[in-house]
Formats: sequence, structure tokens, C-alpha cells
Amino acid sequence: MTNTHDTLPPGTIGRRRAATLPEQPPQLWKSVKPKKTYDAIIVGGGGHGLATAYYLAKNHGLTDIAVLEKGWLAGGNIARNTTIIRSNYLWDESAAIYEHSLKLWETLEQDLGYEMFFSQRGVLTLAHSVSDVRSKRRNFYANALNGVDSEWLTPAEVKKLVPIINISAEVRYPVHGATYQPRGGIAKHDWVAWGYAKAASDLGVDIIQNTEVTGFDIRNNKVHGVHTTQGTIATSKIGLVAAGHSSLLASLAGFSIPIQSRPLQALVSPLLEQVLNTVVMSSAVHVYVSQAHKGELVLGAGTDAYNSYSQRGGFHVIEHQLAAAVELFPIFSRAQLLRTWGGIVDIAPDASPIIGLTPVENLFINTGWGTGGFKATPGSGWVMAYTMANGAPHELNQPFALDRFVTGHLIDEHGAAGVAH
Amino acid sequence: MLPTKNYYMLHIPCPHCGLRNETEFHYGAEAGVSYPDPNAMTDREWAKYLHIRANPKGWLAERWVHFAGCGRWFNLWRNTVTHEIGPVYLPFTTQPKAPNDLGQEGSKV
Repeated sequence: MTNTHDTLPPGTIGRRRAATLPEQPPQLWKSVKPKKTYDAIIVGGGGHGLATAYYLAKNHGLTDIAVLEKGWLAGGNIARNTTIIRSNYLWDESAAIYEHSLKLWETLEQDLGYEMFFSQRGVLTLAHSVSDVRSKRRNFYANALNGVDSEWLTPAEVKKLVPIINISAEVRYPVHGATYQPRGGIAKHDWVAWGYAKAASDLGVDIIQNTEVTGFDIRNNKVHGVHTTQGTIATSKIGLVAAGHSSLLASLAGFSIPIQSRPLQALVSPLLEQVLNTVVMSSAVHVYVSQAHKGELVLGAGTDAYNSYSQRGGFHVIEHQLAAAVELFPIFSRAQLLRTWGGIVDIAPDASPIIGLTPVENLFINTGWGTGGFKATPGSGWVMAYTMANGAPHELNQPFALDRFVTGHLIDEHGAAGVAH
Repeated sequence: MLPTKNYYMLHIPCPHCGLRNETEFHYGAEAGVSYPDPNAMTDREWAKYLHIRANPKGWLAERWVHFAGCGRWFNLWRNTVTHEIGPVYLPFTTQPKAPNDLGQEGSKV
């Protein structure tokens, strides 16, 4: 096999050069002390929490609000993911909310007035067996019916799109085809959090870091405030947007949620010349990879097997995904591992999010995004803001209610996601 | 000890086969969840049995199966922050106490 990248001019892969980064303003958001009272409080200063605050202020005119973050802003999963954005989910409910999110992504940089390197370079999801081809084609038709852009590619078309991929029939998991979502892509993840933080702060939202929630002021099953390491703050509406720590907050409020917290690891290579101009995912060999703007390869796979809050996992999980990556992309065999990290992801039994009301009045929850929450950041914040402002869910998050585990109306996205959740 | 304990993979003491690598095991989440009588419960109680499992930050009593060895299920205490492993015990035996007296922070069902 010849690697076509060897014949390209240095520093290019056909279309693009490695990008230069824009200057950051001296201050992105105001650092404030918490007030005694707010109209609404969001617990969790990650991507989804900051997006919720921004849309509460922008769409619903609620500006007397605060975001409480126990660590530093964007220190959790928003900066620990592999930045993949797509909306080609199987079920109608999922396609609707993820597609809404993708549409918001498409104008987000203009909307926030902040660059975040959103790049619609496409997302390729490979099929490696007959049953894989059937399920991916089913997914492809379901996407077409839901108005989500999707294409079916033959192995030759995959090779044309990604010249460095190995489509030989001799490998353990040969490429039999792929779905392709051209509007999918990546963004620079920490900048997404900073962009939302800046825009929310500009609208008057208080962003309060290093402040942990220690309890809730609940009387007559209605929330009236929150106890924190900086004292008690009164409020009439609280949104819990805490990803892997959601179970602990729910427990403080006296109810339980069907969430298990697991480590999800990712890794990057050092900066390399641009060799990969789209996102490639494979559930059968269990890896997903893209190349960031500066040139590092960004790889991820499935979660570690066990519950954990440690933000790290076993090295055998990394070894497994690298074996898969090297089989698909033989030129990666000479790349080095620069850095690995883990995030704590919140996994629901049906691998779909839980967004809406809780057993406690005026206390709302947004959790269960599991291994795929980054792509949903704008849409998640948008519907969570609607739910908090109106005290009732938007039609997009109505199906994702906590109560679905009682009614049995689950939204089983295990098989439809790019990798097993 | 530190790198293998925290960064490589878990070393799990199978009560039948001894200390083995994590890759020989499958995980079974919270231990000691007994099967209730479905006819004696409301939908909400049944949903709780089906879907809700302990997810504490700290010590968790959990199930593992040694699929690549003896093939048997057993239980152990493991700390979900440090990944330390505490007492190991067999199913249907009395659950030992968690390794410290602090109890579990967070949701226990």
C-alpha cells in the first residue's frame, strides 16, 4: 500500500494547512463573589452548565443567575473529550435533539462573537462486518427520514476521502463501507466553554468558581436555596448540570438517579503534519480519531469497565484503542503518545441523557450524556434553559424525562452511537 | 507499587484463583441487590430495582466475574476514588464492613 501523504507538499493534506491560533482577549469573564440571592442557579461550570446560563440570559431574559463550579471553569468533561460533533443518531428523539444542537453549532461562533475552530470536516463511521453494514445502513436510512445529512460510502469512496486508511481485505476487521455525515466535525473544546462563559458573563451572569455545593434548602418538597462552601445562597430555581457527579448531588437533594459514573479516556499524539481531514469512528475495532488544528491526533474509545471518580483508567484500554488505530492507519505506528487523560462520564441505562424535572419542585436536572455529551453542548444548554425558565420541558427534551425509567419508554442508543457507550 | 496500582490496570484478588489482571474479569456493578417479587411492587419500585444502582464516591461493594479463570462471580469492596481494593467475599455470605468507618458518600440506592 502506498501512503499518498508522502507525495503531498509539506504541511498540507490536500486542502488545509495547520491553523494558527487567534489571540485571546485579556479577560474572558468576570470573577465575582456569590450574592445572597439569585433568580436561578446552575450547579456545574462545564460546557452544558455554561451553555444553560447563556441561553437562560439570552433566550429567556433571566440575567440574575449564577453558575457554581466546585473546581475551575471547564475543568471537567468539556475539556476532556475528543471534540466530535455529529447528529446522525438512530432514534427520532435523539436525532431531533442532536440535530438541533448541530444547527446551533453552525452559527455559534457568530452568535457568541468568539472563535472556537468549529470545523465541519465530516464524520465517517466505519462498518466492518455484514451485520455492521446492515445496522449502519439502517442508521443511514433513519437519518435520511429525519432530515439529517448522511451518505453511504463504499470502501473505495472511504479510501478516496481518507487516503491514509487501510482498506485491505487482509486485516482482522476489513472496511466494508461507512456512513458519512458531511456536516459533522470538531471544535476546540475548551474554547467552547470559554466562549459560553464570556458571552454569559457579558450578559450579567455570575460565574463562581471553587465553590462546591454541600446541600440544598428544600422545604415542602420545593427548593429554596443551596448550601455551598461559600455559604447559603437563596434562589427559586436550580439546575443540576454536573455530569459524573450528578448522583452525588441528587443524593444531597434526597432522590436517586439511574446513573453510573465511569472513566472515559482519551489521548493525543505530538503535533504532526496534517494527514487526516475528517473524523473517523469505528465501533467494531473500537476507536475514534481526528486530527486537531495544530496537528495532534486525538483518539478515544470506550469507557473503563468499572465505576470511578478518579479521572483516570487502565492503560490496557488505551493499548486496545491504539491497536485498532494502527490497524486502520498503519502510518500511525510511528506516532508517539504525548498525553492521556480521563473524564468521569455519567451513563444512563439506555445511554441517553436525562433532562428535565426531578421529584423536587423547581430543581431540574441535566445528566446522562455519557460518552457523547460534547456535541450536544449547545442543544443541551438550550433545552435546559427552556425547561428552567418555563418549569416544564421543551418538546425536544420531553422524551428524555427522568420518568421514562418508570414508564419504560427508554431511548436505547447503545447500538446507534459510534462506539458502545 | 504506585504506577501499577493506579495507572496500569486493576489487580483483582479472585477468591478462587488469586491475584489476576483486570482484563481477566467482567464488571457487575453494585453487589447485594436482591431480586424482588415483581407482582408485589409498584412500577416505580420495579423501575428502581431495574435501573438504579449505587454510584458512590468512595467505597463501593461491587460484583466481578472471573471469566478467564474460574468463571465464578464474587464481591469485593473497592474505592472509586483511589481504586484501592478492600475485603473480598462470596455471594450470599455476610457482607463485611467497608474498609473505613466513614461510610459511603453519595447515593446508596
